[in-house]
Amino acid sequence: MEYTPVVAQMKNQIVRMMEDLERALQKPPSERRWGMVIDLSKCVACDACTVSCKAENKTPPGVNYTLVIKEEVGTYPNVREVFLPRPCMQCENPPCVDVCPVSATWKNEEGVVVIDYDVCIGCRYCITACPYGARTFDFGDWYTKNTPMLAPYETAPTFEYGEERVRQDDVSPIGNVRKCNFCIQRLHEGLLPACINDCIGRARYFGDLNDPDSLVSELLRERYSFRLKDELGTSPKVFYLS
Amino acid sequence: MTNEKNEYRVSPLGKTAYWVVVVIMLAIGAVGLYWRLTQGHKLANYGQLIVWGLWVAMYIYFIGLSAGAFLISALVYAFGVERFRPIARLALFTALISLLMALLNIWFDLGHMARFYEVYTRPNFQSMMAWMVWLYTAYFILLLVEFWFEMREDLVHRGQEPGVVGLVCRILALGSKAVDAETRRRDQRVVRVLGAIGVPLAIMFHGGVGALFGVVSARPAWHSGLFPLLFLVSALVSGGGLLLALYAMLAPNRKSEEYKTLIFDLGRLVLFLVLLDGLFTFAEYSIALYGAIPSDVAPLLKTMTGPFWYVFWIGQVGLGLVIPTVLLAWKRTRTNPFWVTVAGFSIVLAFVGVRLNIVIPPLSVPEIQGLVEAVPSARMTTQYAPSSMEWFLAIGIIGLGLAMFAIGYYLLPVKPHQGKEATL
Ligand code: SF4
Ligand code: SF4
Repeated sequence: MEYTPVVAQMKNQIVRMMEDLERALQKPPSERRWGMVIDLSKCVACDACTVSCKAENKTPPGVNYTLVIKEEVGTYPNVREVFLPRPCMQCENPPCVDVCPVSATWKNEEGVVVIDYDVCIGCRYCITACPYGARTFDFGDWYTKNTPMLAPYETAPTFEYGEERVRQDDVSPIGNVRKCNFCIQRLHEGLLPACINDCIGRARYFGDLNDPDSLVSELLRERYSFRLKDELGTSPKVFYLS
Repeated sequence: MTNEKNEYRVSPLGKTAYWVVVVIMLAIGAVGLYWRLTQGHKLANYGQLIVWGLWVAMYIYFIGLSAGAFLISALVYAFGVERFRPIARLALFTALISLLMALLNIWFDLGHMARFYEVYTRPNFQSMMAWMVWLYTAYFILLLVEFWFEMREDLVHRGQEPGVVGLVCRILALGSKAVDAETRRRDQRVVRVLGAIGVPLAIMFHGGVGALFGVVSARPAWHSGLFPLLFLVSALVSGGGLLLALYAMLAPNRKSEEYKTLIFDLGRLVLFLVLLDGLFTFAEYSIALYGAIPSDVAPLLKTMTGPFWYVFWIGQVGLGLVIPTVLLAWKRTRTNPFWVTVAGFSIVLAFVGVRLNIVIPPLSVPEIQGLVEAVPSARMTTQYAPSSMEWFLAIGIIGLGLAMFAIGYYLLPVKPHQGKEATL
């Protein structure tokens, strides 16, 4: 059997996912169905995804689009740690969308649940309705507030939803609810979501679920997968391999 | 007009004390307001898990008072329970002020206060919250119109008085002058019809507030079919308790037979509602505890044994159930204005606790175990106690309500009156 070094395998997977992405972008938006697959057996809880998401979206303290839940199971000496990265599930039936009084949040054509920061009134009803704790409120906190100068990483513009915004007091997205949006601003440029690129263990995969040839579709075909709280009928587009 | 001789007068000392308290509350509120407007939500203690705090609790509290007071006024206007006529107008007035206080609370809670109008311009009727706002608006208009027609005749009379009272009443009469049998019949008809329309409206909007929580399947402690009903009953209890206390304190001629029977009847009604509310709460708690699904049980255990256990045991159970039950049932106390007032205020106070416990503990259980520990952030916590800003602003809003009540009470013909002849 031919031997492919692990590093090369990983590189191939990145290249393959980018090719999947290219292919998906050729299709009309409504025919794409972005999805994420997370291989729990490969996650080492390094939080590279958490940090790369922060860097991409310049999220303030307390606002986390993705995070890694770390749980210890069993009692000493028979303990095991389980790690669960948790982005927004981009539910097919998102309960967060139904409750928004002003339709500031909705599922777009590509199946990503988005928020219009200029409309959201900041009532936070959607946060209560999300069964995954995927939504957070931007309280207007800063990492470096009481220091001589706000760090540049806090004042650099973000490009969420393709809109350039510089975060400043009293201006959206402060006072809004924020969440993971699969980095659609990157997708449309042919880039993978930041957390996918930066995952050191290649535990996260991304692609078009409507494309049978994509890596994510292949993984879901070949491996056993599950979704969080499937019984609620939310039908997440984030799948876990165990 | 009210019979001045018989009118119960608040002593000048009492009046001064009242206003001193109100002014202090308003001053505190001004500080809170300043913080809120300059710092936004930074100084708030609600976080990413417990995203709703004191303000939301105060909001459902005052909405409950409003709905409850309104429904009790509807007993008179829509259902013709004449016994309660002396307090009907006071009930409408209370409903109006509580509604304003509720809306103020929730307005400050918004991340973008200036965008509230969007609920009118781009409502999503899939959302209970949008329904609620629309129903409140309808209710608010209905309350104003009903209140005006109910007072119109007295406004015309009072408009002839000299001084500020006369002036205000003249202005509020909106140029209407006619007072005869014809107009009185018309006024009464309007009030009756509006009162009747108001009943389903109040049930819808307050049941709707219950549903706002009830539909959230992500929070098992809210997701119960009993919620809208529980909200309605508790609204009636708190509204009834408040009216009971107000009437016991403000009624004219507290020696009269009418006063005693009204206190007794209203007390009995409130007693019944208190017990019904206790039954509903017991049903809600016992079923969830017996089911023993961790996500159902955790918030209840937190309520009963968490750091704020006393809000449940002393507030909800003690002040809200045991004390009023005893005071309103026991022969020695149920006709004694002092003890009835105590019972009323005990309920009014207890229901702040009820509302806090509805909002906060169910939010304090992470949706996924380990979520809170996943990122180190002061906002990612299962603990919540309101911050100074939250308290200050809430206190200020209560102060504002008390001020509006006192001013309205002085200017408008809303005093509880005696029998029929007193209205003329
Ligand atoms: S916080 Fe914003 S997005 Fe969420 S329900 Fe309220 S208005 Fe909608
Ligand atoms: S995970 Fe939560 S925020 Fe994301 S789509 Fe589902 S309900 Fe909405």
